[in-house]
Amino acid sequence: MIGAFIDGPFWYFSLGVFCIGVLFRLFSILRVGLKPDLALPRGSGSSGALRNLFSLFLPRRDVATRGRLTLVAGYLFHLGLFALLFFARPHVDFYAERITGFGWPALPYWGFIISAEIAFIGLLLLWLHRLLHPVTRLLSTADDHIATGLVFLVMLTGCLALAQSFEPLRLLHLFLAELLLIYFPFSSLMHTFTFAFSRSYSGAVMGRKGVNA
Amino acid sequence: MEHDFAKGVEELGLQIDSRIAAYFSSCIHCGLCAEACLFYTETDDPRYTPIYKLEPMRRLWKAQHTFWGKFAVKLGLSKPLTEQDFADWEELVYDSCTMCGRCSMVCPVGNDIAYMIRKEREGFSSAGYSPVGMQEATHRALTIGSPMGVTLKTLRAALAHVEKDTGLNIPMDQQGADYMTLFSSMEIVNFPEYIESLARIFAAAGVSWTISSEAFEATNSGIQIGSHQAAAELVGRVVNAAESLGVKYVISPECGHAYSAIRWEGPNLIGRPYRFQVIHILELLDELQKSGRLQLSGHTDTPLTFHDPCQIVRRGGVVESPRDLLGKVASGFVEMADHGTMNWCCGGGGGVSANERAEELRLKVFDRKRKQLDELGVTTMVTACANCRIVLEEGIEDREMNVEVIGLTELLAEHLLLPEKRTD
Repeated sequence: MIGAFIDGPFWYFSLGVFCIGVLFRLFSILRVGLKPDLALPRGSGSSGALRNLFSLFLPRRDVATRGRLTLVAGYLFHLGLFALLFFARPHVDFYAERITGFGWPALPYWGFIISAEIAFIGLLLLWLHRLLHPVTRLLSTADDHIATGLVFLVMLTGCLALAQSFEPLRLLHLFLAELLLIYFPFSSLMHTFTFAFSRSYSGAVMGRKGVNA
Repeated sequence: MEHDFAKGVEELGLQIDSRIAAYFSSCIHCGLCAEACLFYTETDDPRYTPIYKLEPMRRLWKAQHTFWGKFAVKLGLSKPLTEQDFADWEELVYDSCTMCGRCSMVCPVGNDIAYMIRKEREGFSSAGYSPVGMQEATHRALTIGSPMGVTLKTLRAALAHVEKDTGLNIPMDQQGADYMTLFSSMEIVNFPEYIESLARIFAAAGVSWTISSEAFEATNSGIQIGSHQAAAELVGRVVNAAESLGVKYVISPECGHAYSAIRWEGPNLIGRPYRFQVIHILELLDELQKSGRLQLSGHTDTPLTFHDPCQIVRRGGVVESPRDLLGKVASGFVEMADHGTMNWCCGGGGGVSANERAEELRLKVFDRKRKQLDELGVTTMVTACANCRIVLEEGIEDREMNVEVIGLTELLAEHLLLPEKRTD
């Protein structure tokens, strides 16, 4: 009964909250408004926005040295999570069955294991850094820890449920993923989408000024 | 200044636009911005983390623009902003930030933290929580016309000296000139050699220029303190003068925040584009040099480096011009490790040098520049901002270093090929 609820109504509910919530958050950013820039531009705002959107994936030298831990851990976590989320066999099958109607090549088993290890190392390093470093400890809010904790639990139960031979573990993983979907639009996890806005806004301004940001 | 907390909160709320909403939504509290800020790197005090300086504004954004924030306010669970927050953060907002924007360059989600601080200062200024030194400078700028109290009489006296020393006529209120030149108070008072250099270069290059007796001051204290009304008033004076004289260009001097104010913020402050263009003096000199009107002779082989003024280079886009110009006159030019758009700030921009309370901290964070200079081993540093120059000179004096600071325009004027010696 609980399994049917998690597999059925609760899945659709959490997906609905996620989709509507994300769209609402993006809309609420746009509706605040932005005054047009009347200064005579030196360069193109749109190409600046596009450049900044991608160039910030490459860290600047200063951050690459002073912020090495955050940077390396951040890349490990995000790359590992991306691989798991979109290329783990159970996920590809799940998306094909529930959302897209079609599948795509998935990671081999060893690829899954490596991705999971990379993601776990990255996440745990980031969490430890958040707890121990004076700067991140000062900045961190309850939301940062809840979001990190939820992601960690989803990843952990996902790994435990990998064999899919023990149904309660699969359901637990799905249930936690659904909780994460519901929590997502109300949290800093929104940076998954809003980073494109932030980078583009800043890039546009810098582009107009003729600065390669 | 009287404190008006409600007005400050209202103004702070008005500053939250889509950019700021996106920035707060994206911030993941990674703390990387701290590693780019000299106020943190030189003190190891986490309170100087750039994004932390925006905590009052973040809390207001959360309460006004997010579901949980609004929900918490309705249930009485949120912690509303208080006057004490303004009092507690005033030092972080004004003393430990020059709005140099180095943090903005390293933020992985692209948050322009310097822009946010600029906006946050609007709220703090409205609430009356701003440093006395900056309040007085802004008052002088509005009443006398200059944050340092420089009057037209003072300027005329400085110009008379230049005319005597150079034998050149300095044009004042010349209708229809191509260029109208602005100065920063710092140049008139501390570095009149800049004015002399300009006069000599313009005479050699045959530039049609003038100074307005109505608006000669470029420094915009309104932007530094965070008062868009004051900033608009100061920009408006320049715009009215330039448009009534019918000039084609207004020249921003070697002053970083002045350039940002008149070039990038000005039209938005007065609500319309200008009927003239703004050009930074380095851009103009580069153009004159490339077109052959400014001809240079000889060069110095003294090892020297260039300190990039943040508002001119990183936030202003004038990146290559100073290097092109230096390349023409200095064979010993060497770049700092973090040069160009990632150079470290002098530590005194954005009104920090006008804030006496911040002096001790400013001199402490000068160590960042000292380390840069020590790494290079040069004893000459060129810059293109009068405020950077005085701040650097004070830091050098305080640290008992053997480094000379010179302005780029003056360096060029020293290598001027006079028309009578030209072959063209």
